Amino acid sequence: MPTIVVEVMPKAELLDPQGKAVAGALGRLGKTRFTSVRLGKRFELTVDGHVDDAVLAEVQELADTVLSNSVIEDVVGIHVLEAPAGETH
Amino acid sequence: MRIGVVTFPGSLDDRDAARAIRLAGAEPVALWHGEHDLHGVDALVLPGGFSYGDYLRCGAIASLSPIMAEVIDAANSGMPVLGICNGFQMLAEAHLLEGGLIRNDHGLFICRDQGLRVENALTDWTGGFAAGQEITIPLKNGEGGFIASADTLERLEGEGRVVVRYVGMNPNGSLNDIAGISNMRGNVVGLMPHPEHAVEPGFGPDTTDAMRSGTDGITFFTSVIERMLVSA
Repeated sequence: MPTIVVEVMPKAELLDPQGKAVAGALGRLGKTRFTSVRLGKRFELTVDGHVDDAVLAEVQELADTVLSNSVIEDVVGIHVLEAPAGETH
Repeated sequence: MRIGVVTFPGSLDDRDAARAIRLAGAEPVALWHGEHDLHGVDALVLPGGFSYGDYLRCGAIASLSPIMAEVIDAANSGMPVLGICNGFQMLAEAHLLEGGLIRNDHGLFICRDQGLRVENALTDWTGGFAAGQEITIPLKNGEGGFIASADTLERLEGEGRVVVRYVGMNPNGSLNDIAGISNMRGNVVGLMPHPEHAVEPGFGPDTTDAMRSGTDGITFFTSVIERMLVSA
């Protein structure tokens, strides 16, 4: 079955304390070339049936209203995952 | 006078809220998130806790619960609704209040007796305070940083919708030291600190008079009872 990926990130202008904590750990490991880390979310929605424009529109709406909160986050990507080789729909 | 307290999967402070309501002089009514029934209550409290384990975003899944349809209708028709901590997050996710709550800027959970200044003593839940009154009630959160766009923040400030503000220190990075806000009408209030934990001598914050004698939180509950008696 096809899978649709939705990616959500905290808004760029907001503090991202989780990303900052990870960046701090990288610094302590001596990985100094990485100046910052931002941490977001990836959702994988498995679809029963074929992905058409109506399904993508529905996912876009869900991404904007449920999977993200536009006050604090941005939806940065929606795409259909390539089916693994050998799998047929 | 009957005040409903909605229990969600992962609510923690529903019984404390019910106890505060009883001590203030009203009858608490236990409501369940999965029902479409407010059981005829006169006001509502959305309690603190970690509904749905804070999955997705704090308060986000709870804000989609069956009972929230009735909560939103009631709030929009003027019923007093108080969201405490996770309840505040639900009100923000349900778009009954503006802005959002994000992880504390220092990245840590914080639990302390917090000084607050009551900025708006006209809402349904703060009428018993004097404007500018300073109080102390417990605060305990991991994601209590209040944020809003510059425009929204200016509007909230300009319309007097900042209900309480942190004093002494800002515990979580909230913009403008905001600890609680209201809707335009003043019937819906969201608070990050917990008034229900400061309602009974012996179990509240320390005061200069005696240890654990602080009961500043009870006034939120007596305020709404008085308000409803006046409007009845």
